[in-house]
Amino acid sequence: MRKFKSNLIITLCGAAVLLALVPLAMILFYVISQGFSALNLAFFTELPKPVGEVGGGMANAIAGTLILIAIAALIAVPVGVLSGVHLAEFKGTRFSSAVRFSADVLNGVPSIVIGIFAYGLLVLPLRRFSALAGGVALAIIMIPVVARTTEELLRLVPGGLKEAALALGATRARAMFTVILPAALPGILTGILVALARVAGETAPLLFTAFNNRFFSTNVTQPIGSLTVQIFTYAISPYDDWHRQAWAGALVLVAMILSLSIIARLVTRRLERMSRG
Amino acid sequence: MGDTKITVRDFDFYYGTNKVLHGITLDIPKNRVTALIGPSGCGKSTFLRSINRMNDIIPGVHVEGKILVDDQDVYASRVDVVSLRRRVGMVFQKSNPFPKSIYDNVAYGLRINGLRDRRKLDEAVERSLQRAALWEEVKDRLKDSALALSGGQQQRLCIARALAVDPEVLLMDEPASALDPIATQKIEELVYELKNNYTIVIVTHNMQQAARVSDRTAFFMLGKLVEYDDTRTIFMNPSVKMTEDYITGRFG
Amino acid sequence: MLRHFDRDIEHLKELLLRMGAMVEEQIHESIRALLERDSDGAQKVIDADSEIDRMELEIDQHTISLIAMMQPAAVDLRFVAAAMKITPELERIADLAVDVCERAIELNAEPPLKPLVDIPRLARMAQDMVRQSLDAFVRRDTALARAVIARDDEVDLLTEQSFRELLTYMLEDSRNISRAIRLTFVGKYFERMADGATNICEMVVYLAEGKVIKHSGGVHDTD
Repeated sequence: MRKFKSNLIITLCGAAVLLALVPLAMILFYVISQGFSALNLAFFTELPKPVGEVGGGMANAIAGTLILIAIAALIAVPVGVLSGVHLAEFKGTRFSSAVRFSADVLNGVPSIVIGIFAYGLLVLPLRRFSALAGGVALAIIMIPVVARTTEELLRLVPGGLKEAALALGATRARAMFTVILPAALPGILTGILVALARVAGETAPLLFTAFNNRFFSTNVTQPIGSLTVQIFTYAISPYDDWHRQAWAGALVLVAMILSLSIIARLVTRRLERMSRG
Repeated sequence: MGDTKITVRDFDFYYGTNKVLHGITLDIPKNRVTALIGPSGCGKSTFLRSINRMNDIIPGVHVEGKILVDDQDVYASRVDVVSLRRRVGMVFQKSNPFPKSIYDNVAYGLRINGLRDRRKLDEAVERSLQRAALWEEVKDRLKDSALALSGGQQQRLCIARALAVDPEVLLMDEPASALDPIATQKIEELVYELKNNYTIVIVTHNMQQAARVSDRTAFFMLGKLVEYDDTRTIFMNPSVKMTEDYITGRFG
Repeated sequence: MLRHFDRDIEHLKELLLRMGAMVEEQIHESIRALLERDSDGAQKVIDADSEIDRMELEIDQHTISLIAMMQPAAVDLRFVAAAMKITPELERIADLAVDVCERAIELNAEPPLKPLVDIPRLARMAQDMVRQSLDAFVRRDTALARAVIARDDEVDLLTEQSFRELLTYMLEDSRNISRAIRLTFVGKYFERMADGATNICEMVVYLAEGKVIKHSGGVHDTD
């Protein structure tokens, strides 16, 4: 009887997992089947054609997404990692508790609200939409994730390493940056790449910061296109051709995020293997 | 017997309001091995870590009394803890090599002291590994990760790493307790050789190890120094009954 | 890698050998002083005994300290145990040499009783056995040790023979009694030196083979 109950539970758990995987499988299936047919070289190299004309691509949007996450990373990685370092080193103080709490709260703020904040901060004063504003919005979303991941991973580094460094005459800062941080690096890199993958798929904050740009642009003070916004624009349009391209865009976006996750895994494993010897 | 390297006078140690060491007074001789023995929780490790101020990183710690290394009070207000720790090195119970190459581990202390000359680093790394009796085993794979070494080798690597900065004193906190008997014997032989050039203070819960390896032995109990004498005297004919009870294993 | 403990063991061995050499010298000198009727020589032997006593104490301290500090095991432990038991044997043998010299001085006060035949033979046998027992110890030569133990019976026979001869002298003339008795004692002393040598050899077998052969009739131990 006990064995039967155990097997029953195991079966139920398995079924629950399958249930959870079904939406993912369906999404992938849909995106691939709908988007694959629209993929061609033109998609990656050409700009959107004017309304009504068939063809064209999303070259600018792809480039735009890449530029936006680059800006976001440039801001969020130093700020996030250093915050994580502070939280791990000074974990008992009231200041750290406040910072930790704020990071957790920020994590839960809807991304559209962050977008509005960036709008007020950078778009209104400068009187224009810009890639910079979009990058900043995405950075704000990334920072708490990077900070908390960094803190957790630094805490996981065995305390013996810090002791050994201090006993050799390193200051706390030296010990942190030459021993502890490098030891936690594989995990921190994973955290950063995962955060990047997340913000690459954000749409709402970009709507009023980076806005959109039909043309190819690398100027950060100008509006810039992005895959997500482009997909949104095309999807709600009445044109079939644009619908097709939206699917293709979705496919490219999913592929990009998947690649980031895979790269994160590979880099981590490589780094871990190097340090484990 | 040789002059004194470390002088301790009426040293008290508090974790917050909890007094953990009471009035410790002793002279640790230069270029000899001094063993600290006693039951768990007697304060011997706390005392050892006070010598190079490793206890500073624990919040709420407070000391009174004096510890002098070469007549210099290590707790004086103007003391630079970083340079103290270069003169007084430490090896820990659980070996803790950095997840870097063998070479980088040994060179770490030198590099943070500003040494960049590749040739000088090479020489120093070889010298330290020789002194730790590890050179022959690793000389062909200095670039390999330190974590690929066996437990005993890792501990000798940690010793080499500590020796690289040329300390005057080496503090060892139960250095062999996590090792098998062969590796332990190698460490003990190493300690015996090292004492010619370094003042060594070793904490051990293994009394026989203290007998084999040390010249002077200090017996700690409940935060107090019960007896401190030549190792021969402590193990053959101690003056205090409590010491004898501990040595003979008649402890409650 | 030479364990520093091995150096201590070597040192102990050196001390033992030095003591052994001194004891052999004492035996040699005592025989000479007896046969050549040299009272000054005899006195020198008596005076030198204090040095041997000192060495015994030094080796004692050393062995106990070795046990306390080094916790020797197996062959090392047997070596230290053997050293602890050999040392007092050597000291007793040295005391016997002193006893021989004391009797020699007393005998020199009177004219010689008879030409000595058995006693010198006995003395040389004892001296040989002591020397061989120390050789066996150094080389851990159990064959030699067993051979020495076997000679003890011969020594006992010779002692008995010497005593019977001296008995006839005592019965012959009552003025011979004091010299004859002193000579009997001298024979006894050499016999006991030989016994000491056999004890040492039993220790050597224990050290080399871990076998205890004393009190078992010696050579006739079964495997």
